[in-house]
Amino acid sequence: MHIHTVRHFAAALIAAALLAACGKEAPPPAPKTEAPKPPETLTVKIGSASPLTGPQAHIGIDIRNGVQLAIEDANAANIDIGGKRVKFEMVAEDDEANPTKATTVAQKLADAKVAAVVGHFNSGASIPASKIYSDAGIPQISPSSTNPKYTQQGFKTTFRVVAHDDQQGPTLARFAARTLQVKSVAVIDDSTAYGQGLADAFENTIKTMDVKIAAREHTTDKDTDFKAILTKIKGRKPDLIMFGGIDPQAGPMVKQMKELGIQAKFIGGDGMQTPNFIKLAGDASDGAMASIPGLPKDQMPGGKAFLEKYKAKFNQEVELFAPMGYDAVMVFIDAMKRAGSADPAKFLPEIGKTNYQGVIGPIAFDDKGDLKNGPITIYVVKGGAWAPLETVKPEAGGSAAAGK
Amino acid sequence: MEIFAQQIVNGLVLGSIYALVALGYTMVYGILGLINFAHGDITMIGALVSLTIIQLLAAAGVPVPLVLMLAVSGAIIVCTILGVSIERVAYRPLRRAPRLAPLITAIGVSILLQYSAALIWGKQYISMPEIMAPASVTLFGAQLTGLQVAIFTLACLIMAGLLWFIKASRMGRAMRATEQNPDVAGLMGVNTDTVIAFTFVLGSAIGAIAGLMIVLYYGLGHYFMGFMLGLKAFTAAVLGGIGNVAGAVLGGLLLGIIESLAAGYIGDLTGGVLGSNYRDIFAFLVLVLVLVLRPSGLLGQHSGDRA
Repeated sequence: MHIHTVRHFAAALIAAALLAACGKEAPPPAPKTEAPKPPETLTVKIGSASPLTGPQAHIGIDIRNGVQLAIEDANAANIDIGGKRVKFEMVAEDDEANPTKATTVAQKLADAKVAAVVGHFNSGASIPASKIYSDAGIPQISPSSTNPKYTQQGFKTTFRVVAHDDQQGPTLARFAARTLQVKSVAVIDDSTAYGQGLADAFENTIKTMDVKIAAREHTTDKDTDFKAILTKIKGRKPDLIMFGGIDPQAGPMVKQMKELGIQAKFIGGDGMQTPNFIKLAGDASDGAMASIPGLPKDQMPGGKAFLEKYKAKFNQEVELFAPMGYDAVMVFIDAMKRAGSADPAKFLPEIGKTNYQGVIGPIAFDDKGDLKNGPITIYVVKGGAWAPLETVKPEAGGSAAAGK
Repeated sequence: MEIFAQQIVNGLVLGSIYALVALGYTMVYGILGLINFAHGDITMIGALVSLTIIQLLAAAGVPVPLVLMLAVSGAIIVCTILGVSIERVAYRPLRRAPRLAPLITAIGVSILLQYSAALIWGKQYISMPEIMAPASVTLFGAQLTGLQVAIFTLACLIMAGLLWFIKASRMGRAMRATEQNPDVAGLMGVNTDTVIAFTFVLGSAIGAIAGLMIVLYYGLGHYFMGFMLGLKAFTAAVLGGIGNVAGAVLGGLLLGIIESLAAGYIGDLTGGVLGSNYRDIFAFLVLVLVLVLRPSGLLGQHSGDRA
């Protein structure tokens, strides 16, 4: 047992060292694409990394399709960069939603000398992969990763086109105080990095808005009995219960609220905005609210046209993040045009200055690479399904209020 | 006051579930002196089997009472077969071995059951279709659902039935004889292997019923749900005096109430230093205190070689 652990550990260390070494031996890949100078065309590879197999494959394929659509559109538009006609090419890789596989895929893309990467889908994959892209000098835009940490590592190459979790909490708080007009609120979290972070960000913002914190409770991400804390909360008679956590807890919690006869409304983050929540909570789910970053897909500025184009091309509906994948490619191309070069070292600084009108709306980044004013949509359960209720823009200072 | 009454109700229902599971621990310990750590996972299997049956039948439109009957029978059948096979394969060969060996085997069986369940049912939480609308009544300001009353009543009935069975029936007498001294009981014509297997049948069947209750009460199941439940039920059994049937139920109910009150009031009593997520700590604090102050538990007799 012990010896095995040690061996595994040693193997992992060696592998890590090798990976790191490889990363350094593969310096920015661009010179090769520019050096040979075939007079008229230049091929630029763009990587797409997302889960293409496994339980999340439908979402990962959706992202890849968005990237593919963008590349076809760009090629059809005959784009010239630095006086050369550019042909874009997609390199799609499967990260299996697995952090370890994600680093392998990242290295593979770096070795293939892609100019830029759209990906990954999961925060857990985007974060470890971002180190490899950063070392290789390849810019990365995640279409979907919301963990704040992703852009907080100090890498110049990481960007995302969705709002992150530290923007969700304050947005939920403002929605509760202004739209729902609540006067007192009970806050519960599941003691995880995601849940507690979201609940803290919510609490810190709503405290400044003349709303009383009736109770601050904690549970765990394995518990299913919330009767005791809900009973306590019932005694404080809050207008709203906010939960930072995911659906396996949120579902039974809402059910138990109903059993205890608690009248308060219920709100949470994207971790509970799932069909599974409705299944777990049953009829009690009716009226529960939750936020999710991004606009509802048919309300995006370029949404209608994009949805139709996507349907015509792939003969299926957009799942979720295809528009973000599409826009990520367009942001790269936009930056290349302004830099007059497809060399990552040259166009990377231009990505930070992006001011692009995409399918999902205006895209601009703050100094960390997070989407400025990323919209967040509040959904409500109506008749057994999530329906969009209201879209809110995070306000300036939203991420600061979250305090990390 | 209303809130206090509600917390007591919450605690009694939670405690009834602990009590049902604790019965399985305490019976096996009483007879074999073995802490069957796999018992929590037997309950988990019972819960997932009944969940699956309910899912299949509810979708087919079978009437609710029949669904429940079939679910509980299915769970009992699977759990007793499992319980007896585990005893036969994992514990019987080790009956004369040092006491640490079967204990570690029990932990191994527990892990085996968990991951087998993960393979069969997946690692996701499985939700239960709503087959009964929770109707609640108000009693002393506390909300009570029919299901909660049923769980509490059932725990008490099963305990009473078990006490009667052990006291009055022939097999019960054989169980008591085996508990006191297996060798002498064997000499008197008691087939101790049968008695021990029967104990596992009883414990597993009660565990299966507890599993169904949990699924009905919380509306979901998960391959890991038996782990914490098993530890809590074990604590309840120790609190009541392990080996003692009435003690297991008393310990379960007490533990449930302690947890409920702790989760409900600790935040206020400590000025927010400790939150309700420290609820589990109280369960195990109780375990430590019992082991230090009264190792034989509340209703247990002092006996030199046990506990």
